[in-house]
Amino acid sequence: MSMFDTTALSVAGVAADSPVAAAALTRSGIFDMSQAAETAVLAPREAGAWSHELRAALAARIAWLNGDSALSDHYRARAGDMVALADPEAGTFPPDLAPVIAFMDKVAQQTGRVVAGDIAALQAANVSDADIVRLAELNAFISYQVRVMAGLRLLNRSDR
Amino acid sequence: MSKIVHAFTRTVPKWQPRVVPVKLDEATDAQLDALQVTPSNTKVSDYVLVLAHDFETLKVRSPLFNAIMYDPGGLSRSERELGAIGASIVNRCIYCAAVHASRHAQLEKNTDVTDRIFAAGKNADLAPRDKAIFDFSLKLSECPPQIGPSDLEALSDAGLTDAEVLDLVLSTSLFGWANRLMHVLGDPVRDEG
Repeated sequence: MSMFDTTALSVAGVAADSPVAAAALTRSGIFDMSQAAETAVLAPREAGAWSHELRAALAARIAWLNGDSALSDHYRARAGDMVALADPEAGTFPPDLAPVIAFMDKVAQQTGRVVAGDIAALQAANVSDADIVRLAELNAFISYQVRVMAGLRLLNRSDR
Repeated sequence: MSKIVHAFTRTVPKWQPRVVPVKLDEATDAQLDALQVTPSNTKVSDYVLVLAHDFETLKVRSPLFNAIMYDPGGLSRSERELGAIGASIVNRCIYCAAVHASRHAQLEKNTDVTDRIFAAGKNADLAPRDKAIFDFSLKLSECPPQIGPSDLEALSDAGLTDAEVLDLVLSTSLFGWANRLMHVLGDPVRDEG
């Protein structure tokens, strides 16, 4: 995969002839490793309680909460039956996922306000510790990817 | 007894997990591989043992972290740390802020910048280049990110090249990731006594 085919660059609209391409090429290894991280959080071999479709839906949701509709659409396309979770405004999801959704929204939007009780709430809902770590990594990675893409878009503006 | 640390500090606290870490003697081969445990390297922190629950992500994240923070060229080491500190302030990750403020102070051989940040927070009065970098990292770390053309202009005016700005974007974003692990999965604590 070329660096320009990675999610961050392609969805942010960065091509080989774009204004930010030269700067991005100085860190091509980082974009390749970021793509490997995307595979690890979105489509791991050992997915635990969270199917690839559910992960894609949550990723779309977090991208949406961050105002990135292009990245949200990118993940929504892979969300299958879980697509209702992708839209924070729709609010329709299976009741057993409510604690997971509440946790993911808070970690994405109000990270600084997360407290021990938020982890305890997941544990009380019978989410295993390994699955809690998987949720945190998914949330954290998308939060990273959204910000890298925001920076790329800003540097890529043709009107500078 | 240990007490949770709530105030920003350069004195690195202990990190107390909120979930049970993987036990090293029960780790699978794939977890050991991600942990990079070898006969000569058997000391693994609770934090990394927590992350070993998701070993596929841990395995790719460690080299990515090192590349963003330490690869040669581009933005200076200490200015990448400043991006990490800005993210950690917004996300209130006391532990990350402590580690990276102490690293910034070591690299600069000076505590002035991080003293000012811990005293005044987001409004810290810094030299123009540091101020542009710090402000950008704060705005990028908001949800949604709040960076706009004037913030990029401030960085350019302060002398940053596009490649340096990209390095700042990467280090700040990386701590949007790290903070959501460290601050979410554990508490910064100090032993009392």
